[in-house]
Amino acid sequence: MDGKAATDIPIETPKSQPSRIATLRGSQTRTAWFLLIPTLLVVTLVALVPLIQTVWYSFTNARLASVQPTHFVGLKNYRYLLHDIAFRDSIWVTVKFTVITVVIEFALGIVIALVVNSNFKGRGGMRAAMLVPWAIPTVISAQMWKWMYNGIYGVFNDMLVNKLHILNHNIAWISQPNTSLPAVAAVDIWKTTPFVALLLLAGLQVIPTDVYEAATVDGANTVQQFFRITVPLLRPAILVALIFRTLDALRVFDVFFVMFSSRASTQTMAIYDQQNLVSFSDVGYGSTISVAIFVIIGIFVVAYVTALRVERT
Amino acid sequence: MNKSIRYRMQRVLFYLLLAVILFYLIFPFYWAFRSSITPNSEMFTTPLSYWPHHPTLEFYREVFGDRLFMRSMLNSTIVAGSVTIISLVIGAFASYALGRFNFSGRSPVLYIILAMTMFPQIAVLGSLYTLVTRFHLYNTLPSLIITYLLFTLPFTVWVLTTFFQTMPKELEEAAYVDGATPFQVFWKVLLPLAAPGLVTTGLLAFISAWNEFLYALSFIQTPENRTITLAIFTFNTNTTGGFELPWGKMMAGTMIVTLPLIILTLIFQRRIVDGLTAGAVKG
Repeated sequence: MDGKAATDIPIETPKSQPSRIATLRGSQTRTAWFLLIPTLLVVTLVALVPLIQTVWYSFTNARLASVQPTHFVGLKNYRYLLHDIAFRDSIWVTVKFTVITVVIEFALGIVIALVVNSNFKGRGGMRAAMLVPWAIPTVISAQMWKWMYNGIYGVFNDMLVNKLHILNHNIAWISQPNTSLPAVAAVDIWKTTPFVALLLLAGLQVIPTDVYEAATVDGANTVQQFFRITVPLLRPAILVALIFRTLDALRVFDVFFVMFSSRASTQTMAIYDQQNLVSFSDVGYGSTISVAIFVIIGIFVVAYVTALRVERT
Repeated sequence: MNKSIRYRMQRVLFYLLLAVILFYLIFPFYWAFRSSITPNSEMFTTPLSYWPHHPTLEFYREVFGDRLFMRSMLNSTIVAGSVTIISLVIGAFASYALGRFNFSGRSPVLYIILAMTMFPQIAVLGSLYTLVTRFHLYNTLPSLIITYLLFTLPFTVWVLTTFFQTMPKELEEAAYVDGATPFQVFWKVLLPLAAPGLVTTGLLAFISAWNEFLYALSFIQTPENRTITLAIFTFNTNTTGGFELPWGKMMAGTMIVTLPLIILTLIFQRRIVDGLTAGAVKG
């Protein structure tokens, strides 16, 4: 028995081993693709096909529930888009909102992350409290703040006028043009700063403490340590969080829509697009706006990714 | 002496800062709660009371008695629940393939999935709208269940893939040596180990579906089919007689909707934080 097995193996091995590995790899590949089928089907159905279709619609006069047949109109929609003042205004509103919220969210986020990262009693509770604004639906936080902004019975007016005596009259925060953008930005900042802080906190916790100990021994003070150690080491976490936040802010819809409905002076790109697509059933022109939004967001992504790459080299 | 005073000052400042942050995070929520138990007679008088003299549960009774509002709670549960289950089931298969198999075409698929996690929903709204009407799904819950997969599925696949990747290879190899098929390895060995990841991603998928507004606003028309975000939004257009909106009832509604979310978040806070940072930092 022993001898038989010994003679069997050397003869079999050189021939069959490579092909067995090949078939194993082949079956692995087959199994992998088989497992991916449902996901790829869903992705194709809800993302890839609609995306291609959006580009196609943007060159047509497609309307929803229309008796007119859809036909190709060339660059007509795009030519119109270039002179569309409402769209230009919406870009401006969106970009202003994005810059305001992202800058403040990062400034506050880093403060909160540093505070929570230090040792104190009730740290776990603090971390839990940070998740509360994040978990609440945007529609709901917008309604909560809308009520706090109320011109007559809102708590902000009551605090600033009756309690702190900073103002001498009530302000209609939401309807006044000069306060409406800061008002809506404040809601987003409240909801999202904790999220930014959590991402930065995760980055902070990776920094080893002995780096700080060494710096203290060398006589570096807290401020120097922050700018020379914390910020450089936190850079990857900051950049990733920055990309996420910017992309989110650029497609903002919920908070503006709840606060102002589709008031023309405070329309974001997404609201203007939704109005064209759904309220006016103008799928052709709405798709053109969609493509434009996609391109604008794409420009930001490319800019960030290039910045990241420059950072790495 | 001097040093200990400085230290104490720093501690005081630190806790002051902590208190300010906590106040900032909690106050809007407190105010919504206060408004949900303040009777109209106190709500619409100035100066405001920061705690009602005569707290009332009237608004909660109103909300629980509101058939359409309760219906929208049910609708949201059905939609978010279905989306979560579908995402987890088909997402687990995909991330098993992406996390444990080495095959050509793996990285392009992974990149497409990653790109999709940042996909702007508004970009495909028009096409999905025509799709939904063509398949006669307009104003139905399935229209939301299908389209919500656009943002829940890629995220689920991405996070679960990082989960599967971190598992030790020996586990699988031992099972293969014992003659297990890839499916058995997945079902008996890896999936149980991935349970914490499934809980995290499932929770995040549920929350994002529960909170969605844009597609619900666009694809749903009649009050019976509204999801909860739509129901809360439509308070804006329901003035009940007076000149003010029914703020008390609205705030009671927001309390009822957010309480389950807050409880879930507090129970699973560690897991959620891990999931959020895995989705972002590792990406």
